[in-house]
Formats: sequence, C-alpha cells, structure tokens
Amino acid sequence: MAYKGRRINPQHFEKSQIKIIIAVLPLVIFMALPIVFIINHAFKPMEELFAFPPTFIVKNPTLDNFTALIKASRTAGIPLSRYVFNSLIVTVVTIFLSLLFTTCAAFALSKIKFKAKHILMNINQIAIMFVGTAVLIPRYLVISLGGMVDSYAAHILPLLAVPVALFLVKQFVDQVPDSLLEAAYIDGANDLKVYFKIILPMIKPAIATAAILVFQQVWTNMETSNYFVNDDSMKTLTFYMNTLANANNTVAGQGMAAAAALIMFVPNLVLFCILQKNVMNTMAHSGIK
Amino acid sequence: MSKKLVTTSKKLARRDNNKNGYLFILPYAIVFTIFILVPVILAVILSFTNFNAIEFPSWVGFLNYITVLTNDEVFMQHVLPNTVVYALVVGVGGYILSFVLAWALCNLPSMLRTVFALIIYSPSMTAGVAMGVVWKVIFSGDQTGLLNSWLMELGIITEPIIWLINENYLLPIVIVIGLWSSMGIGFLSLIAGILNVDESLYEAGAIDGIKNRFQEMIYITIPSMKPQMFFAAVMSIVNAFQAGSIYTLLTGNPSPGYASQLLVNHIEDYGFLRYEMGYAAAVSVVLLLIVQIFSKVANKLFTEED
Repeated sequence: MAYKGRRINPQHFEKSQIKIIIAVLPLVIFMALPIVFIINHAFKPMEELFAFPPTFIVKNPTLDNFTALIKASRTAGIPLSRYVFNSLIVTVVTIFLSLLFTTCAAFALSKIKFKAKHILMNINQIAIMFVGTAVLIPRYLVISLGGMVDSYAAHILPLLAVPVALFLVKQFVDQVPDSLLEAAYIDGANDLKVYFKIILPMIKPAIATAAILVFQQVWTNMETSNYFVNDDSMKTLTFYMNTLANANNTVAGQGMAAAAALIMFVPNLVLFCILQKNVMNTMAHSGIK
Repeated sequence: MSKKLVTTSKKLARRDNNKNGYLFILPYAIVFTIFILVPVILAVILSFTNFNAIEFPSWVGFLNYITVLTNDEVFMQHVLPNTVVYALVVGVGGYILSFVLAWALCNLPSMLRTVFALIIYSPSMTAGVAMGVVWKVIFSGDQTGLLNSWLMELGIITEPIIWLINENYLLPIVIVIGLWSSMGIGFLSLIAGILNVDESLYEAGAIDGIKNRFQEMIYITIPSMKPQMFFAAVMSIVNAFQAGSIYTLLTGNPSPGYASQLLVNHIEDYGFLRYEMGYAAAVSVVLLLIVQIFSKVANKLFTEED
C-alpha cells in the first residue's frame, strides 16, 4: 500500500505514536527533573536536607522552609512586605505601560499609513536581536544622568520596550481585516476609537502573549536591583530571594533558597498555564518574512 | 450621497500619510530610544575611549579594539573559544533539538502534546538566577551532591568530583544548563508553525511520491514554515549569546581557569570588577556585531528569494 501522507495534529492515539513517545520521553524527563527537584526540595524538613545519601523525593513534607524564610526577613532591616510591595508595583506598572505602548505602536506599524513606518519597523526587527546585558554600563549612565537611580523608574522604564513583543503583536494586528477598519472609518470613527473598539478586542491573544513575555522579564529581573538601585528598601523581591539563596551556603540555607526559588517560579507557571492557548494562537503568526 | 463619497475619499487620501501614526508610536519610540538605541550608541562611543567611571572618558581611538584582537590573551584563548563552543552547542544544537522535539510533539494528540510542551517550555521561564540553588545541590562537590551520589551508587566513580571547580567539567556543565533552559518562545513558534502547515500539501506530496515522514519534513514541512524557522533561529542566537550572568552564581566571575568564561562574563569582569568601562564597551560592541552576523546567516538560510 502506498504511503498516504502523515497526519499532523492527530485526533486520536494511534500505535505509531508509541515510537515517538519513547523517543521524546527521556528528554521530557530530563527537562522536568530540576523542576520536580526544586518542588521537593522546598518542602523537605531539616533532617532530609541533611540526609546522606541525599534524597530526591521528599518523604515528610513540611512548610518549615517557608516559615524560616519569613522569619529570616524579620531579622533583616527591611520587612519582606516591602520587597513584595516593590515587586508588585514594578510588575503591574511595567506590564500595563509596556502593553499600552506596544499595542499602540503595533497598531500604527500595521494599520496606519505614514512615511517613516517601514524604517521604524526594520529598526525594531533588528532590535529583536538586541542583547540587553551587553549595554548594562551605558544603560546605567543613562539612568544616572536622568536622575533615576534609586527610584521605581529605574526598575520600570528600561523594561518597557520589548522588541520581540512589539513584533509578535504587530504580526497579530496584521490579521485584523482591513475591511473592518474601513467600515469603522466610514462610519466616522477616528484612529483612537478604532484602536480601542476594534484593534484591542481583536488582538487579545497577542496581548496575553506579550503580557507573559513582559512578566517573565520583569518578575525575574535582577539587573535593575543589582545595578540601578543602591537603596535596599527600593529593591525587589527577586533580589531579596537571590540574596537568601546566595548568602546561606549552608544546608539550612538551601531549604530556604529552594522555597524562595519556588515562590519566584510558580507565578510564571500559573500565568503561562492560564494563557497557554492564547500564546499558541499568537505564535502561529510569529514568522519573520 | 456623492458628497459623502468625496469626503470619504479625501479622508482615505489623507491617511496615506496619517500623522496619527507618529503619535501612536511615540511612547514606544521614546522608551526604545532612551533605553535601547541611546545605550547602543553610547556603547559604541565609549568603546573608543578610556573610561574608569570616575574621570571623564578620554579618547583613545581604536586602541580598545586592537587590544581585544591582539593583546587580550584571556579573550582569545578562553572567552572566544568558550563562546563559540557554547553558541554552537546551545544555539545551533539547541535549535535543531527544539525543531525535532516540536516536530515529534506535533505527531501526538493535542492533550499529550500540550503537557509535554509545557514541561519542555517551563525551564525557560526559570531563566532568572533563582534556579541556581538547584544546580548548586546537584553539582555539589562532596558526597552530598546529587550527581556525585548517583554516580557513586552506580559505581561509575569512586571519589566525589568537585564539579564546579574542575576546569574540565565547567564548560560542559554550563552547556547542559544552557540547553535545559533554551526551549523558549522559539520552540513554541516552531510548534505553531508545524501545526499550521496546510494539510493538503501532505496529500499532494504523497501523490508526488513522498515515501516517508522524513522526506515530508524536508520537502514539505520546513519549506512551508520558513518564517517561523527564522524567528526561532533568531531567538536561539540571542539566547545563546546573552547567557552568562546566570553562571556567575555557580562558578564565580572569573570562573576557575576561565574554563566557562563567556562573552557576557568578560564584559561584567571588565566593566563592573575592573571598572575598565571603555574596554568593556568595546567587547559589548563585538558581542552585538557577532549576534548581527549570525542573524544575517540565519536570514540567508530562511528567507525566500523573491
């Protein structure tokens, strides 16, 4: 019998898929192990953290490490709530502004005709390949010249322009049919109205994707706390969690560090799981032509 | 009626150069300029100076670049080879791996695919330094280290290996961690690309004599998703070259014997430990140029000539 062509995205389980599962499974396990480990490690009681030979899976899970984490912050000069507050402010404001700027720019680049459009689009395309850590020093100079050291602005402003996010959102706006916009313009809508009433509601998946990208960058960001902020009370939760992970090289510190790592990781995972369908929808238009 | 048509066509004509476009792009353009464009320009300018962060920078011409190329033994003997090896394995190797994985997952039913994709993607979310503790415990140099304990139980080694000090193991360890966290949005883009290939192309291909899944992948899947292939390639390149700071936590900076020193570490070393900011800026410019060159190559590979 001749070869019929395979079915991508099969609807049902077939025997031929077993081969693929067997081939992929070792890699999936390799990818999952460190994360399974951190989850287990965070809940280990002291004697299991110290255990020899070391254990992988937790036997008697406790919340000791999390309570130790909170206790440790009480003895420090700055309460944990301050770091949490800083991180929340920074994360929320960054995501809101970044999405607002990005969607506005994407609307302009995709649907509004103006002269500099193509040049601006190409500049952003090149900037996708931009490596932020390479220009840490000049970024610091800009921030200190602008008098932004030790302010929330130092955390927020450098992370607002995310060229990949603009690119993905712009590709998605391209899919909104022009006829829809024409109809709105003929009915007397102006650009602002079209942006709010047509573009924003139609590109929700892309907005969700951009939100995840920005969230990951701002939530786990250490650079701004390390280099742009000297005042400890202005630093973020990520920074504090990392000082815990580094300062306590003892086994007891390890448990706290694992708990801290888990606290930083879980919001990422939850957000991605909730918005996962939107992300895949956006990625369908992610190609660079 | 005709009046309305005239005003509408006027409106449309005006929209050939609609000044509102500039207004909509302005907020993004401002933050982009201040925090991406200006820093890059500043880096280029600083790279021609001698700057110690205290005195005003003094102009030295191409001296920093000449030093990078001829006089910096650490750069030539360790940093550059390490970065090339790292970029080849984590960038190119990781890219091929992510395509193969994406393709394999697309041959599974959607429920299973989603679960696997989530597991493979989740390490890239941990890119922050927070996961450092995991690697510290796994690669701990005494018997309580997870890897040492496993290897000794299996009888592969008899003495614990001091992973994070031993120069022979540092680069491989850093590469494994890099690969582990490399399946980011590029990987998701590849999955979406493969799923979007027009189903009828496969039927047509079968009629035209395609005999197996491998041929399908080469002759149908890859050619019909070049834009996604390019996007994922760019993501892999950027990911491979911006790595470095995460490993400082594990190996210190400079790493023992410069065994796992990457370009980003070299920049941090000169910029923030020695305060030779002009020199660090020159290395940054070299890094940005290398990324551009690699992306150009990817562009040649994946763009249609039409």
